[in-house]
Amino acid sequence: MWIAVLTIALIALIAGLALSLASRRLPATTDDLVERVNELLPQTQCAQCGYPGCRPYATAVVEGTAEINLCPPGGEATVRRLADLLGREIMPLVERVEPSVAVIDESLCIGCVHCRNACPVDAIVGAPHFMHTVIQSECTGCELCIAPCPVDCISMRPLVSAGLST
Amino acid sequence: MTAPTYDLGNLHGGLRLPGHKAASTAEPIRDVPIPSQLILPITQHVGDPAQPVVGAGDRVLKGQVVAEPDGTLGAPVHASSSGKVVAIEPWPVSRRYGDSAPCIIIECDGEDRAFETDGRWEDYLSLQPADLLLRILDGGIVGLGGAVFPTAQKLMQARTCKIETLILNGVECEPYISCDDMLMRERAAEILSGAQILMHAMQIESCFVAVESDKPDALHSLGVALAELDDARLVLKQVPTIYPSGGEDQLVQLVANREVPSGGLPTDVGCLVQNVGTAAAVHDWIINHEPLISRVTTVAGDGIVNPMNVRARIGTTIADVVEFTGGYAERADHLIIGGPMTGKSMSTDRVPLVKATNSILVVLKTSFQGRELPCIRCGDCAAVCPVQLLPQQLFRYACADNEAKLREFGLIDCIECGCCDLVCPSHIPLTANFQIAKSRIQELADEKARAERARRRFEARNERLEHEKQQREAELARQKESAKQAGPAAIAEILKRKQQQGEED
Repeated sequence: MWIAVLTIALIALIAGLALSLASRRLPATTDDLVERVNELLPQTQCAQCGYPGCRPYATAVVEGTAEINLCPPGGEATVRRLADLLGREIMPLVERVEPSVAVIDESLCIGCVHCRNACPVDAIVGAPHFMHTVIQSECTGCELCIAPCPVDCISMRPLVSAGLST
Repeated sequence: MTAPTYDLGNLHGGLRLPGHKAASTAEPIRDVPIPSQLILPITQHVGDPAQPVVGAGDRVLKGQVVAEPDGTLGAPVHASSSGKVVAIEPWPVSRRYGDSAPCIIIECDGEDRAFETDGRWEDYLSLQPADLLLRILDGGIVGLGGAVFPTAQKLMQARTCKIETLILNGVECEPYISCDDMLMRERAAEILSGAQILMHAMQIESCFVAVESDKPDALHSLGVALAELDDARLVLKQVPTIYPSGGEDQLVQLVANREVPSGGLPTDVGCLVQNVGTAAAVHDWIINHEPLISRVTTVAGDGIVNPMNVRARIGTTIADVVEFTGGYAERADHLIIGGPMTGKSMSTDRVPLVKATNSILVVLKTSFQGRELPCIRCGDCAAVCPVQLLPQQLFRYACADNEAKLREFGLIDCIECGCCDLVCPSHIPLTANFQIAKSRIQELADEKARAERARRRFEARNERLEHEKQQREAELARQKESAKQAGPAAIAEILKRKQQQGEED
């Protein structure tokens, strides 16, 4: 009788260990994984990866149709974290960008609302025929507002990391 | 007057360090004369920088507010003497990060005229605690033990918790520093008066004054002052001389025998800790109406000719202070602001003395070159860690940039006391690594918060656009429908009207 008890206990132990290992090491289901990849992305929604936002890119990465090195704002740190999560090779970034924010030259702005409509995170305020401005703290530096501007009054300014330099 | 001592049983780790305090405590505190120029950084506290309210060319008086707190956490900055503001510009400072910060530079006129405070000052006992806290805020008072947390905000935070005990921290455990010791010897009555004010502000009825056992003179003068005061709420407590017993959490452990939880504050276990210097500053402000414009600081080390404690105006440069004490010794090599364990090396003595400056230490060039070697995992660092962390593990994870493990192993509880550095046989700068790792974790957290906010805004925008689209489509459908219902009859009607118009023309 003891042999039976021990055998069952041993099998339960081995199965338990295998399951706990699997839950830690093996990737989760696709949906969860997309969510987790999305969390690692910087959420600039800049479309520089060629996908219309961070979540679509995350989906493409999980499906295997996109490489993990296409996110310039995320930088090398993001590539490394993605490689860690997905168990892929670390690869050099396709393009590097410095963190920056958009600044509108308010004396030139004609109030055309093109940039306001282009901003993916609603970080530009303004009404037709009134001066626009960028909410600095919400700007992700995606540069999507620069092309639509008919008077070229938007420029990117490097982001000074707060607290360290002042 | 004797006070009970505690055994070391309930404090983990720590080190017995040579004090080196005799030289600087031989003479009474001396006053540094008003310098020709005052450099007042707008950030002398934890929190948001204060905003200057004066401009270049303005005349200011002693005690006048020159920068007001901006944001939720901060303290005002007062002019330390009368004179003229000549500039507001970056100047080298002794902060932990960065080398220069915006400073208000005042050329002193030497007259030291005081600012007349408007309004009458009623007795603090007649004030409501909340009003008293606001008044303390106006005094620009911050924690003078070195952490410079704005005192009023610390008290306001504490009022949201159930506080039983105020602990006055007179445990100056770091070698060389003796400014609190001298303050307790010379101004014991003022310190106790400050404690009474703090107790009134907090509405608590018990206060321990904790002093290290190696300060018999301070214990004596506090004992005498206590006897004169005859206030049963105040109790003098003697704590063992061991570094870092003066750390806030360690002191709570020693005096109240309560452990501050990980990531928590002493207020979580019903204790509020204030430095004795802060208590004296509170007394000076509430009773004598003098804001925090000067502090006692220790000038010591083998690189100083006459080590001593001085009272200097905030904003006096370190160079002026050292010159007043008699200058540098010939072989002086290295300037440290703060103590030898937690201080920061400075490359210039042009930096101003600020509210946080409790010590100016000048050391000689030493032949000792601690070359960093690989960790041999001896575990000495874990044995001395007062917070019971595992520095060798943390060091490994800090090198590997493993944020999750650093959190798991309690990096945020590291008090950066430097005990592990001192005992490490491989001379690994552990604390410096931990400081860097801490700021990186903070950066990562900030980045994550920013990404999360951007994601929410993006989703909210998409939702809004979707909603607008649906509305538009619904409107279009409605119009189409009504056109269909009105039918050909309506169209014929319109055509007929047009025709009539055409004929009339």
